[in-house]
Amino acid sequence: MSDTVSIVIVSHSQDIAKGTADMVRQMVGKEVNIAFCGGNPDGGLGTDVPRIIDAIETVWTPKGVAILVDLGGAETNSEMAVEMLPPERRNCVVVCNAPIVEGAVMAATEAAGGSPLDKVRAVAEELSPS
Amino acid sequence: MDKKQAVLKSKLMPDSLNSAEDIAKGSVQLLHAVGMHARPAVKLTKLAKRFESQIAMRVAGAVDWIDPKSVTKVMAMRAARDSIIEFEARGADAQAAVAALVRLVAQDFPDTSR
Repeated sequence: MSDTVSIVIVSHSQDIAKGTADMVRQMVGKEVNIAFCGGNPDGGLGTDVPRIIDAIETVWTPKGVAILVDLGGAETNSEMAVEMLPPERRNCVVVCNAPIVEGAVMAATEAAGGSPLDKVRAVAEELSPS
Repeated sequence: MDKKQAVLKSKLMPDSLNSAEDIAKGSVQLLHAVGMHARPAVKLTKLAKRFESQIAMRVAGAVDWIDPKSVTKVMAMRAARDSIIEFEARGADAQAAVAALVRLVAQDFPDTSR
């Protein structure tokens, strides 16, 4: 299904990433596609650009993909992952400046109604201090 | 008040004064054990967004009306258990919107397969 914006969760922790995705699926429902990644390839804490790219590709839709991140490297690596996407996809993927769990639930709720990517991002970012 | 009484108490008051634009109003008692917390808020917002009408809601007596299509605003209203929620909708599907929202709250936010 591709008539809703997809969500990607990027955390330093695989458990947090999975838990956040579980919350979104249970609270919002299955109409929004969601992918997650967390941890480095060695199984420790961290984020990994190829894994983020894989997550984006998994739920890719021309409608767009909103990425929710936790701290520091999750954000910079997500931005790097977006940069490495094919040019035609780059403009349809955004990293939201929002708390990871709350932002993911808000973004998915908005996405479930069919809203465009800029609106989904705006709703996720409503919670962020400006 | 038990659940059945509360459901019966929920009421829908169509307002037929305005012919150019449908306006519907309704109110219902919030039954949920801990009030309008995260999951009910998500369900309410998802439902509200299925209607094109402009919709407003508030806890009865509150000064401000909020947009139920904004999940952050629904969560932020922190409606408590047993409070009365008022809805008002304007637009082509106003009656259906208020009826559906009142039903969702009256039925205590049932899980659906949607």
